[in-house]
Amino acid sequence: MSEHSEHIVPARLYILIWAILIVCTVLTAWVATVDLGKFNTVVALGIATFKASVVVLIFMHVKYTSEKMTKAILLAAVFWLLLLLVLSLTDYSSRPQGLLVPSSSDLVRMV
Amino acid sequence: MSDSPAVLEHAEHEDRPELRHHFADVEQQRNAASLGMWWFLGTEIMFFGGMFCAYLIYRRWYFPEFAAASRTLDLKVGTFNTVVLICSSLTVAMSVRAAQLGKHKQQVRLLFWTLVFGLSFLGIKTYEWGNKYKEHHIPTFDYNVISGEGNIVKGNEALLGIDEVQNDPVKLRQRQEEIQQHTKIFYSLYFALTGMHAIHMIVGVGIFIVILWMAHKGRFTPEYHTPLEIAGLYWHFVDIVWIYLFPLLYLIDRRPGA
Repeated sequence: MSEHSEHIVPARLYILIWAILIVCTVLTAWVATVDLGKFNTVVALGIATFKASVVVLIFMHVKYTSEKMTKAILLAAVFWLLLLLVLSLTDYSSRPQGLLVPSSSDLVRMV
Repeated sequence: MSDSPAVLEHAEHEDRPELRHHFADVEQQRNAASLGMWWFLGTEIMFFGGMFCAYLIYRRWYFPEFAAASRTLDLKVGTFNTVVLICSSLTVAMSVRAAQLGKHKQQVRLLFWTLVFGLSFLGIKTYEWGNKYKEHHIPTFDYNVISGEGNIVKGNEALLGIDEVQNDPVKLRQRQEEIQQHTKIFYSLYFALTGMHAIHMIVGVGIFIVILWMAHKGRFTPEYHTPLEIAGLYWHFVDIVWIYLFPLLYLIDRRPGA
Protein backbone atom coordinates (compact mmCIF):
# COMPACT_ATOMS: atom_id res chain seq x y z
CA MET A 1 0.00 0.00 0.00
CA SER A 2 1.63 3.22 -1.12
CA GLU A 3 0.91 6.22 1.09
CA HIS A 4 1.08 9.31 -1.09
CA SER A 5 3.14 12.18 0.22
CA GLU A 6 1.41 15.41 -0.72
CA HIS A 7 3.29 18.63 -0.27
CA ILE A 8 1.57 20.87 2.26
CA VAL A 9 2.31 24.51 1.49
CA PRO A 10 2.78 26.71 4.59
CA ALA A 11 -0.17 29.08 5.16
CA ARG A 12 2.27 31.98 5.36
CA LEU A 13 3.43 31.36 1.78
CA TYR A 14 -0.17 31.34 0.49
CA ILE A 15 -0.84 34.67 2.21
CA LEU A 16 2.42 36.11 0.86
CA ILE A 17 1.40 35.06 -2.68
CA TRP A 18 -2.05 36.61 -2.15
CA ALA A 19 -0.41 39.89 -1.04
CA ILE A 20 1.91 39.85 -4.08
CA LEU A 21 -1.10 39.33 -6.39
CA ILE A 22 -3.01 42.24 -4.80
CA VAL A 23 0.01 44.55 -5.01
CA CYS A 24 0.55 43.59 -8.67
CA THR A 25 -3.13 44.29 -9.46
CA VAL A 26 -2.96 47.78 -7.96
CA LEU A 27 0.45 48.34 -9.59
CA THR A 28 -0.79 47.39 -13.07
CA ALA A 29 -3.85 49.68 -12.74
CA TRP A 30 -1.62 52.56 -11.60
CA VAL A 31 1.23 52.10 -14.10
CA ALA A 32 -1.31 52.16 -16.98
CA THR A 33 -1.90 55.85 -16.19
CA VAL A 34 1.84 56.64 -16.48
CA ASP A 35 3.10 57.44 -19.97
CA LEU A 36 5.65 54.78 -20.92
CA GLY A 37 5.06 55.10 -24.66
CA LYS A 38 4.90 51.71 -26.36
CA PHE A 39 5.96 49.95 -23.17
CA ASN A 40 2.59 50.37 -21.40
CA THR A 41 1.25 47.22 -23.09
CA VAL A 42 4.50 45.30 -22.50
CA VAL A 43 4.47 46.17 -18.79
CA ALA A 44 0.75 45.30 -18.42
CA LEU A 45 1.21 41.89 -20.08
CA GLY A 46 4.46 41.28 -18.16
CA ILE A 47 2.71 41.84 -14.82
CA ALA A 48 -0.23 39.63 -15.92
CA THR A 49 2.16 36.82 -16.92
CA PHE A 50 4.02 37.11 -13.60
CA LYS A 51 0.70 36.90 -11.70
CA ALA A 52 -0.45 33.91 -13.76
CA SER A 53 2.88 32.11 -13.20
CA VAL A 54 2.67 32.57 -9.44
CA VAL A 55 -0.91 31.21 -9.38
CA VAL A 56 0.10 28.18 -11.49
CA LEU A 57 3.25 27.40 -9.49
CA ILE A 58 2.00 27.90 -5.92
CA PHE A 59 -1.83 27.88 -5.83
CA MET A 60 -2.05 25.10 -8.44
CA HIS A 61 0.91 23.22 -6.87
CA VAL A 62 2.82 22.79 -10.15
CA LYS A 63 6.05 23.71 -8.34
CA TYR A 64 5.59 20.77 -5.95
CA THR A 65 4.13 18.11 -8.22
CA SER A 66 6.17 14.99 -8.95
CA GLU A 67 3.89 14.23 -11.90
CA LYS A 68 5.89 15.09 -15.03
CA MET A 69 2.81 14.78 -17.27
CA THR A 70 1.22 17.82 -15.57
CA LYS A 71 4.21 19.95 -16.55
CA ALA A 72 4.26 18.46 -20.06
CA ILE A 73 0.56 19.30 -20.62
CA LEU A 74 1.05 22.81 -19.27
CA LEU A 75 4.10 23.51 -21.46
CA ALA A 76 2.39 22.01 -24.53
CA ALA A 77 -0.72 24.17 -23.97
CA VAL A 78 1.30 27.37 -23.52
CA PHE A 79 3.46 26.51 -26.55
CA TRP A 80 0.31 25.94 -28.64
CA LEU A 81 -1.14 29.25 -27.49
CA LEU A 82 2.06 31.14 -28.39
CA LEU A 83 2.11 29.41 -31.79
CA LEU A 84 -1.45 30.61 -32.45
CA LEU A 85 -0.87 34.17 -31.25
CA VAL A 86 2.63 34.82 -32.66
CA LEU A 87 2.05 33.28 -36.10
CA SER A 88 -1.39 34.86 -36.52
CA LEU A 89 -0.16 38.30 -35.50
CA THR A 90 2.94 38.19 -37.72
CA ASP A 91 0.72 37.14 -40.63
CA TYR A 92 -1.87 39.87 -40.07
CA SER A 93 0.81 42.49 -39.40
CA SER A 94 2.37 41.93 -42.82
CA ARG A 95 -0.88 42.46 -44.76
CA PRO A 96 -3.05 45.47 -45.52
CA GLN A 97 -4.90 46.24 -42.32
CA GLY A 98 -8.62 46.30 -41.62
CA LEU A 99 -11.69 44.49 -42.80
CA LEU A 100 -12.25 44.49 -46.56
CA VAL A 101 -15.85 45.52 -46.13
CA PRO A 102 -17.09 48.82 -47.55
CA SER A 103 -18.53 51.14 -44.94
CA SER A 104 -22.18 52.16 -45.33
CA SER A 105 -21.14 55.67 -46.43
CA ASP A 106 -19.10 54.08 -49.26
CA LEU A 107 -22.18 52.17 -50.33
CA VAL A 108 -24.27 55.35 -50.29
CA ARG A 109 -21.75 57.05 -52.55
CA MET A 110 -21.70 54.05 -54.91
CA VAL A 111 -25.47 54.43 -55.36
CA MET B 1 0.48 -16.14 1.12
CA SER B 2 -1.51 -13.36 2.80
CA ASP B 3 1.25 -10.90 1.84
CA SER B 4 0.69 -11.32 -1.89
CA PRO B 5 0.08 -7.98 -3.73
CA ALA B 6 -3.41 -9.01 -4.84
CA VAL B 7 -4.52 -9.59 -1.28
CA LEU B 8 -3.01 -6.30 -0.08
CA GLU B 9 -4.67 -4.45 -2.93
CA HIS B 10 -7.97 -6.02 -2.04
CA ALA B 11 -7.48 -4.90 1.55
CA GLU B 12 -6.93 -1.28 0.44
CA HIS B 13 -10.10 -1.39 -1.62
CA GLU B 14 -11.96 -2.72 1.41
CA ASP B 15 -11.11 0.10 3.80
CA ARG B 16 -11.15 2.93 1.20
CA PRO B 17 -14.71 3.25 -0.06
CA GLU B 18 -13.67 6.21 -2.29
CA LEU B 19 -11.13 4.04 -4.16
CA ARG B 20 -12.62 2.86 -7.48
CA HIS B 21 -11.97 -0.77 -8.39
CA HIS B 22 -10.09 0.07 -11.60
CA PHE B 23 -7.32 1.90 -9.77
CA ALA B 24 -4.48 0.07 -8.03
CA ASP B 25 -4.26 2.51 -5.14
CA VAL B 26 -5.37 5.92 -3.91
CA GLU B 27 -2.33 7.72 -5.28
CA GLN B 28 -2.88 6.36 -8.79
CA GLN B 29 -6.52 7.43 -8.63
CA ARG B 30 -5.56 10.90 -7.44
CA ASN B 31 -2.94 11.33 -10.18
CA ALA B 32 -5.39 10.20 -12.85
CA ALA B 33 -8.05 12.68 -11.67
CA SER B 34 -5.57 15.54 -11.49
CA LEU B 35 -4.16 14.70 -14.92
CA GLY B 36 -7.67 14.65 -16.38
CA MET B 37 -8.33 18.14 -15.04
CA TRP B 38 -5.01 19.38 -16.51
CA TRP B 39 -5.95 17.96 -19.93
CA PHE B 40 -9.28 19.75 -19.67
CA LEU B 41 -7.54 23.01 -18.75
CA GLY B 42 -5.31 22.51 -21.82
CA THR B 43 -8.44 22.47 -24.01
CA GLU B 44 -9.73 25.52 -22.13
CA ILE B 45 -6.54 27.40 -23.09
CA MET B 46 -7.31 26.54 -26.73
CA PHE B 47 -10.93 27.67 -26.26
CA PHE B 48 -10.06 31.07 -24.79
CA GLY B 49 -6.94 31.33 -27.00
CA GLY B 50 -9.05 31.68 -30.15
CA MET B 51 -10.98 34.60 -28.72
CA PHE B 52 -7.83 36.24 -27.37
CA CYS B 53 -6.27 35.93 -30.83
CA ALA B 54 -9.28 37.56 -32.53
CA TYR B 55 -9.13 40.33 -29.92
CA LEU B 56 -5.41 40.98 -30.53
CA ILE B 57 -5.80 41.17 -34.33
CA TYR B 58 -8.70 43.65 -34.16
CA ARG B 59 -6.92 45.64 -31.50
CA ARG B 60 -3.93 46.02 -33.85
CA TRP B 61 -6.14 47.08 -36.73
CA TYR B 62 -8.39 49.54 -34.88
CA PHE B 63 -6.19 50.65 -32.01
CA PRO B 64 -7.59 54.22 -31.56
CA GLU B 65 -11.20 52.98 -31.44
CA PHE B 66 -10.26 50.13 -29.06
CA ALA B 67 -8.36 52.52 -26.78
CA ALA B 68 -11.26 55.00 -26.68
CA ALA B 69 -13.81 52.24 -25.99
CA SER B 70 -11.57 50.71 -23.29
CA ARG B 71 -11.60 54.06 -21.45
CA THR B 72 -15.37 53.76 -20.99
CA LEU B 73 -14.87 50.71 -18.74
CA ASP B 74 -14.78 51.56 -15.04
CA LEU B 75 -11.14 51.16 -13.96
CA LYS B 76 -11.85 51.29 -10.19
CA VAL B 77 -14.62 48.69 -10.37
CA GLY B 78 -12.49 46.47 -12.62
CA THR B 79 -9.51 46.63 -10.25
CA PHE B 80 -11.74 45.91 -7.26
CA ASN B 81 -13.26 42.90 -9.02
CA THR B 82 -9.78 41.54 -9.79
CA VAL B 83 -8.96 41.82 -6.07
CA VAL B 84 -12.21 39.97 -5.20
CA LEU B 85 -11.27 37.12 -7.55
CA ILE B 86 -7.74 36.86 -6.13
CA CYS B 87 -9.23 36.62 -2.63
CA SER B 88 -11.42 33.73 -3.81
CA SER B 89 -8.33 31.94 -5.15
CA LEU B 90 -6.63 32.32 -1.76
CA THR B 91 -9.62 30.83 0.08
CA VAL B 92 -9.68 27.87 -2.36
CA ALA B 93 -5.94 27.22 -1.88
CA MET B 94 -6.33 27.53 1.91
CA SER B 95 -9.34 25.17 1.99
CA VAL B 96 -7.33 22.49 0.11
CA ARG B 97 -4.62 22.97 2.75
CA ALA B 98 -7.20 22.70 5.56
CA ALA B 99 -8.37 19.40 4.01
CA GLN B 100 -4.77 18.14 3.84
CA LEU B 101 -4.41 18.89 7.56
CA GLY B 102 -7.85 17.53 8.48
CA LYS B 103 -9.13 20.89 9.77
CA HIS B 104 -12.77 20.27 8.95
CA LYS B 105 -14.41 23.46 10.24
CA GLN B 106 -11.79 25.75 8.69
CA GLN B 107 -12.15 23.94 5.36
CA VAL B 108 -15.94 24.46 5.28
CA ARG B 109 -15.61 28.11 6.33
CA LEU B 110 -13.04 28.82 3.59
CA LEU B 111 -15.24 27.16 0.96
CA PHE B 112 -18.15 29.31 2.10
CA TRP B 113 -16.04 32.44 1.60
CA THR B 114 -15.00 31.23 -1.85
CA LEU B 115 -18.66 31.19 -2.84
CA VAL B 116 -19.20 34.64 -1.33
CA PHE B 117 -16.26 36.08 -3.32
CA GLY B 118 -17.31 34.25 -6.51
CA LEU B 119 -20.88 35.53 -6.31
CA SER B 120 -19.65 39.05 -5.47
CA PHE B 121 -17.53 39.01 -8.62
CA LEU B 122 -20.58 38.04 -10.69
CA GLY B 123 -22.70 40.73 -8.98
CA ILE B 124 -20.15 43.45 -9.72
CA LYS B 125 -19.84 42.23 -13.32
CA THR B 126 -23.64 42.46 -13.70
CA TYR B 127 -23.51 46.04 -12.40
CA GLU B 128 -20.84 46.89 -15.01
CA TRP B 129 -22.87 45.30 -17.83
CA GLY B 130 -25.91 47.27 -16.62
CA ASN B 131 -23.95 50.50 -17.04
CA LYS B 132 -22.97 49.50 -20.58
CA TYR B 133 -26.66 48.96 -21.33
CA LYS B 134 -27.53 52.45 -20.04
CA GLU B 135 -24.73 53.97 -22.15
CA HIS B 136 -26.01 52.22 -25.33
CA HIS B 137 -22.70 50.36 -25.59
CA ILE B 138 -24.22 46.91 -26.17
CA PRO B 139 -23.88 46.19 -29.91
CA THR B 140 -27.57 46.02 -30.74
CA PHE B 141 -30.20 48.30 -32.30
CA ASP B 142 -29.73 51.46 -30.24
CA TYR B 143 -25.94 51.21 -30.22
CA ASN B 144 -24.46 54.70 -30.16
CA VAL B 145 -20.96 55.91 -29.26
CA ILE B 146 -20.85 59.19 -31.20
CA SER B 147 -23.58 61.11 -29.38
CA GLY B 148 -25.78 60.98 -26.30
CA GLU B 149 -24.94 59.41 -22.93
CA GLY B 150 -22.31 57.01 -24.20
CA ASN B 151 -20.41 59.52 -26.33
CA ILE B 152 -16.82 58.25 -26.50
CA VAL B 153 -15.65 60.87 -29.01
CA LYS B 154 -15.80 63.70 -26.48
CA GLY B 155 -12.34 64.03 -24.93
CA ASN B 156 -10.85 61.56 -27.44
CA GLU B 157 -10.95 63.82 -30.54
CA ALA B 158 -7.19 63.73 -31.12
CA LEU B 159 -6.92 59.98 -30.50
CA LEU B 160 -9.77 59.19 -32.90
CA GLY B 161 -8.58 61.58 -35.62
CA ILE B 162 -11.71 63.73 -35.40
CA ASP B 163 -9.65 66.94 -35.22
CA GLU B 164 -8.34 66.49 -38.76
CA VAL B 165 -11.76 66.06 -40.39
CA GLN B 166 -13.65 68.57 -38.23
CA ASN B 167 -14.14 71.06 -41.11
CA ASP B 168 -15.17 68.53 -43.76
CA PRO B 169 -18.77 67.33 -43.12
CA VAL B 170 -18.51 64.35 -45.52
CA LYS B 171 -15.22 63.07 -44.07
CA LEU B 172 -16.48 63.71 -40.52
CA ARG B 173 -19.60 61.63 -41.18
CA GLN B 174 -17.46 58.86 -42.68
CA ARG B 175 -15.10 58.86 -39.70
CA GLN B 176 -18.03 58.75 -37.25
CA GLU B 177 -19.42 55.79 -39.17
CA GLU B 178 -16.06 53.99 -38.84
CA ILE B 179 -15.91 54.74 -35.12
CA GLN B 180 -19.40 53.26 -34.71
CA GLN B 181 -18.39 50.06 -36.55
CA HIS B 182 -14.96 49.55 -35.04
CA THR B 183 -15.97 50.17 -31.41
CA LYS B 184 -18.81 47.71 -32.00
CA ILE B 185 -16.12 45.07 -32.61
CA PHE B 186 -14.46 46.02 -29.30
CA TYR B 187 -17.72 45.75 -27.35
CA SER B 188 -18.66 42.47 -29.09
CA LEU B 189 -15.31 40.99 -28.02
CA TYR B 190 -15.69 42.55 -24.55
CA PHE B 191 -19.07 40.88 -24.02
CA ALA B 192 -17.93 37.58 -25.59
CA LEU B 193 -14.80 37.38 -23.43
CA THR B 194 -16.25 38.61 -20.12
CA GLY B 195 -19.46 36.66 -20.83
CA MET B 196 -17.57 33.40 -21.43
CA HIS B 197 -15.54 34.10 -18.31
CA ALA B 198 -18.75 34.73 -16.35
CA ILE B 199 -20.25 31.44 -17.60
CA HIS B 200 -17.11 29.70 -16.31
CA MET B 201 -17.59 31.50 -12.98
CA ILE B 202 -21.24 30.36 -12.78
CA VAL B 203 -20.15 26.76 -13.48
CA GLY B 204 -17.43 27.19 -10.84
CA VAL B 205 -19.96 28.43 -8.28
CA GLY B 206 -22.14 25.38 -9.08
CA ILE B 207 -19.17 23.03 -8.61
CA PHE B 208 -18.21 24.68 -5.33
CA ILE B 209 -21.76 24.44 -3.97
CA VAL B 210 -21.43 20.65 -4.41
CA ILE B 211 -17.90 20.70 -2.95
CA LEU B 212 -19.10 22.73 0.04
CA TRP B 213 -21.90 20.25 0.63
CA MET B 214 -19.45 17.31 0.41
CA ALA B 215 -17.07 19.09 2.79
CA HIS B 216 -19.93 19.78 5.18
CA LYS B 217 -20.78 16.05 5.16
CA GLY B 218 -17.16 15.35 6.13
CA ARG B 219 -16.30 13.60 2.87
CA PHE B 220 -12.80 15.05 2.64
CA THR B 221 -9.97 13.73 4.80
CA PRO B 222 -6.20 14.23 4.76
CA GLU B 223 -6.02 10.93 2.80
CA TYR B 224 -8.76 11.74 0.29
CA HIS B 225 -9.81 15.19 -0.96
CA THR B 226 -9.32 14.83 -4.73
CA PRO B 227 -12.65 16.43 -5.77
CA LEU B 228 -11.81 19.57 -3.78
CA GLU B 229 -8.30 19.64 -5.20
CA ILE B 230 -9.28 19.37 -8.88
CA ALA B 231 -12.22 21.77 -8.47
CA GLY B 232 -9.59 24.14 -7.06
CA LEU B 233 -7.47 23.74 -10.20
CA TYR B 234 -10.48 24.78 -12.31
CA TRP B 235 -11.16 27.80 -10.08
CA HIS B 236 -7.55 29.00 -10.28
CA PHE B 237 -7.63 28.64 -14.08
CA VAL B 238 -10.72 30.86 -14.32
CA ASP B 239 -8.87 33.35 -12.11
CA ILE B 240 -5.89 33.31 -14.54
CA VAL B 241 -8.19 34.04 -17.51
CA TRP B 242 -9.39 37.16 -15.67
CA ILE B 243 -5.79 38.12 -14.81
CA TYR B 244 -5.25 38.50 -18.59
CA LEU B 245 -8.69 39.93 -19.43
CA PHE B 246 -8.30 42.80 -16.96
CA PRO B 247 -5.25 44.50 -18.54
CA LEU B 248 -6.30 43.60 -22.12
CA LEU B 249 -9.81 45.08 -21.83
CA TYR B 250 -9.51 47.80 -19.19
CA LEU B 251 -5.96 49.07 -19.66
CA ILE B 252 -5.49 49.50 -23.43
CA ASP B 253 -4.53 53.15 -23.09
CA ARG B 254 -5.17 54.98 -19.82
CA ARG B 255 -2.47 57.63 -20.21
CA PRO B 256 -3.97 61.04 -19.48
CA GLY B 257 -4.00 63.30 -22.52
CA ALA B 258 -2.62 60.61 -24.85
